[in-house]
Amino acid sequence: MDQIHERLTEIVGAAYVSDAAEEKFIYSRDQGVQEPHAPDYVVLPGSAEEVSAVVGLANREKIPVVPMGGGLVLSGLTIPQKGGIVLDMKRMNRIIEVNEKSHYAVVEAGTSQGMLDAYLKKHHSALKHSLPDAPPVATIAGNIAIHGSGHLSQSEGGFHSEMVTGLEVVLPTGELVRLGSCSTVPGWFSRAPLPDLVGLFLGWNGTTGVITKVGIKLYPRPPYHDVLVFMTEDIDAAPDILCRIINTGMAEDINYALAPKPDYLNGFQMTVINITAHSEEELGMKKKIIRESLRHYFETKEAGFMPVPPNLKANFLEVPQKALSKFADVRKGGGFEYVGAIMPLEKIPQACRAGMEITGRIGITYSLGARIIGRGHSAMFFFAYPFNRADASEVGKVARALEETNETALKLGGIPWKTEISGQQLILRQMDPQTRELMEKIRGVLDPNRIMNPGNWEVA
Amino acid sequence: MDRDYTELLHRCFRCGWCKLPTNYQDFNCPAYLKYRFESFASGGRMWLIRAWLNGEIEPGERFAKILYSCVTCRNCVEACALPNIKDRLVDIFVAARADLVEQGRIPPAVRDYLKALSVSGNPYKMPQEHRGNWAEGLGIERYHGQEYLFYVGDVGSYDEVGMRMARSVAALLQSAGVSLGILGEEETSDGNDARALGEKGLADYLAGQNIGTFRNKGVKKIITLSPHGYNAMRNEYPVCGGVFEVFHYTQIINLLLGGRIRPGEYLKRVTYHDPCYLGRWNNEYGAPRRILGSIRGLVFVEMDRNRNNALCCGGGGGNFFTDMLGTGPDLSSRARVREALATGAEIIAVACPQCYKMLDDAVKAEGAQDAIEVKEVSEIVSASWGSHL
Ligand SMILES: Cc1cc2nc3c(=O)[nH]c(=O)nc-3n(C[C@H](O)[C@H](O)[C@H](O)COP(=O)(O)OP(=O)(O)OC[C@H]3O[C@@H](n4cnc5c(N)ncnc54)[C@H](O)[C@@H]3O)c2cc1C
Repeated sequence: MDQIHERLTEIVGAAYVSDAAEEKFIYSRDQGVQEPHAPDYVVLPGSAEEVSAVVGLANREKIPVVPMGGGLVLSGLTIPQKGGIVLDMKRMNRIIEVNEKSHYAVVEAGTSQGMLDAYLKKHHSALKHSLPDAPPVATIAGNIAIHGSGHLSQSEGGFHSEMVTGLEVVLPTGELVRLGSCSTVPGWFSRAPLPDLVGLFLGWNGTTGVITKVGIKLYPRPPYHDVLVFMTEDIDAAPDILCRIINTGMAEDINYALAPKPDYLNGFQMTVINITAHSEEELGMKKKIIRESLRHYFETKEAGFMPVPPNLKANFLEVPQKALSKFADVRKGGGFEYVGAIMPLEKIPQACRAGMEITGRIGITYSLGARIIGRGHSAMFFFAYPFNRADASEVGKVARALEETNETALKLGGIPWKTEISGQQLILRQMDPQTRELMEKIRGVLDPNRIMNPGNWEVA
Repeated sequence: MDRDYTELLHRCFRCGWCKLPTNYQDFNCPAYLKYRFESFASGGRMWLIRAWLNGEIEPGERFAKILYSCVTCRNCVEACALPNIKDRLVDIFVAARADLVEQGRIPPAVRDYLKALSVSGNPYKMPQEHRGNWAEGLGIERYHGQEYLFYVGDVGSYDEVGMRMARSVAALLQSAGVSLGILGEEETSDGNDARALGEKGLADYLAGQNIGTFRNKGVKKIITLSPHGYNAMRNEYPVCGGVFEVFHYTQIINLLLGGRIRPGEYLKRVTYHDPCYLGRWNNEYGAPRRILGSIRGLVFVEMDRNRNNALCCGGGGGNFFTDMLGTGPDLSSRARVREALATGAEIIAVACPQCYKMLDDAVKAEGAQDAIEVKEVSEIVSASWGSHL
């Protein structure tokens, strides 16, 4: 056993370190189309102290460290580009505190979305957090580290990173720090009024430190839940339709989608509006107000509400939506990857057309759509491309389509989210040079040896 | 490996739904719960098998450990997001094990189990003549045309806890006037776990032996002690030409409730642990619950993970004998005991000799002997029905 392996074993225990071929293989790749790179070690820490010791060692020895949660980002952000240590955080999954009055939970970083939801349902049934539609093993920290979004992003707090009330982080040099109110007083209730250091770890893809604990906002979990589905053929009407729904203030989650299948719906766009309420009456009233807001469209017979059959309704009401994971089997090949571009609502029609143009030209299938973030402050527009991982040429086509889509999204005035390293490079090139330099300086200060998730947000 | 399977391997998205139950409460894949590397989850296994077949990795010791740490509990089958592959997941793992068996690359513990089964007809390396010892003093006759054959299997025949359970079930059925006989030294291992370990040839041979004996004796109906035997005889024996009416003993007790079995009072708080080979494999969730529900004074509490979401005790797929999960607090049996304790139950009711032993050991490992006890369903019925016995 080499010395590093020995030290890692001392820190986390022999059972939780591996440099075996099997783990090197699995942790060298994700579900998307990015090239694999093998780690030298996979380490499963059990506490913030262990993370601190591992990162401290890595810093002294100048070994790359890649934090990983569910490993479900799809765009290769947990692939260790330069080898080193993959820190799989999922053993750290304790739910530490739920404060019902101040509406927040404190969890260890590797806590899965599903486990927190199940815990809240059981012990604090009036509360919920905003769940992404990622598979439920996705982690709370992995999701906020990339500015994820979910079921309450429209109605409540925007991106999940905006719902963070505090963090505990191991810095790239090994120190353990607390950020937000928990740095000063016992509670994890707020980032304000302190200088906001939390942002140094949100959207950075694990390049600035390892998050070990997260304070996350909780919201009411109303018992009534229903869904309306609005169909239209006019792509250009999408921003207006979405705006009208948003402005009612009645919808919890709003998702817009466009797909070539089933054939009879090709060309139609579907806006799925999730509504929650505390009573039947409230639910009925909310639905009525939303219907009313779109009267103009269904009176002119340009569009209308679709009767939702029970099985489809069950799919739409499911959180997270298993149906999205099924998309990976569209090409009978266990894969999809998507460009999720954060963009202004008014760009949605152009994004749809661009997605169809790119996929038509390259010859791949697609699902396009958007989740509304905030009260229409932006949308996460997804260009999702399924592929058959056993078909190298199809994988290649999807990789090309993703690159082109990233470029197109930027040209449209959007910014690719959780994007592949090549997408990050596109962004950095287009970024104000002063901003880029500031990012570099910050990384230089936090991570002098550049050990954290190398390749990501790296100015070429 | 069968083409039907190899063509499914690359369709696994490795999205991880398979690690959780459908209510997401906690990790529900015993191998993943124990080892925590992605490689030990069903998705990891799918990708590694594909890598092996593509020549990207060598099937060494760790690879074999990864394949054999699967306890075939079928949680992944319940939870997988992909309808076109989910039902085949465990079949694929078993098929990959079969390839390892053929290539002689199995872990020593698996080799020892299969060797003992081949040489002695049971994994305990005990003499065949001792198979019927568990029944001593009960006055049960050898099978000679009674309505049912009571088949107890390896654990019921040779393991201390299993034998206790076999005696309890047999005594209850006898006292209820069920016409049954046993095979004693003529019984052979049911082959269920040999099949799960990838030794189809041996499993078929054992099935053939039993089928031959059953036929010669004119057996039509079988009551099994173990859900493992129940599964083999219900689902595998017909493929080997042996069609019988097969019941798990809880199904028979359930049929007799209110008639020949009238449970009395049992003033305990009880939770029930679903055995995978009765529940997820054979969809029998109701019978044991109806039995417990019929007992006066018994307060029945469900664990959060129940029925198709139950956490396996870790003894399935041959692991009861091969122990590929080892020790430690993340053993599923120990996690299960902690889950039972959280319900406030004083008793964990079981309906499988393997679960009985696994959970009994786990109660000790958790140091919870004063708080909770493992009891088998017939023991609870009999305790409530004391005056009838
Ligand atoms: C079917 C499907 C649906 C999806 N739907 C959504 C959706 O609705 N909303 C959404 O937001 N996303 C969605 N995603 C994308 C992604 O799965 C989620 O964002 C997921 O929450 C990412 O979390 P993770 O734990 O898997 O992160 P990982 O993939 O493990 O990591 C993501 C990034 O965060 C870093 N990181 C992870 N943990 C830490 C840590 N502790 N400290 C520092 N850095 C860390 C990693 O290095 C990496 O750069 C979806 C994905 C799929 C497959």
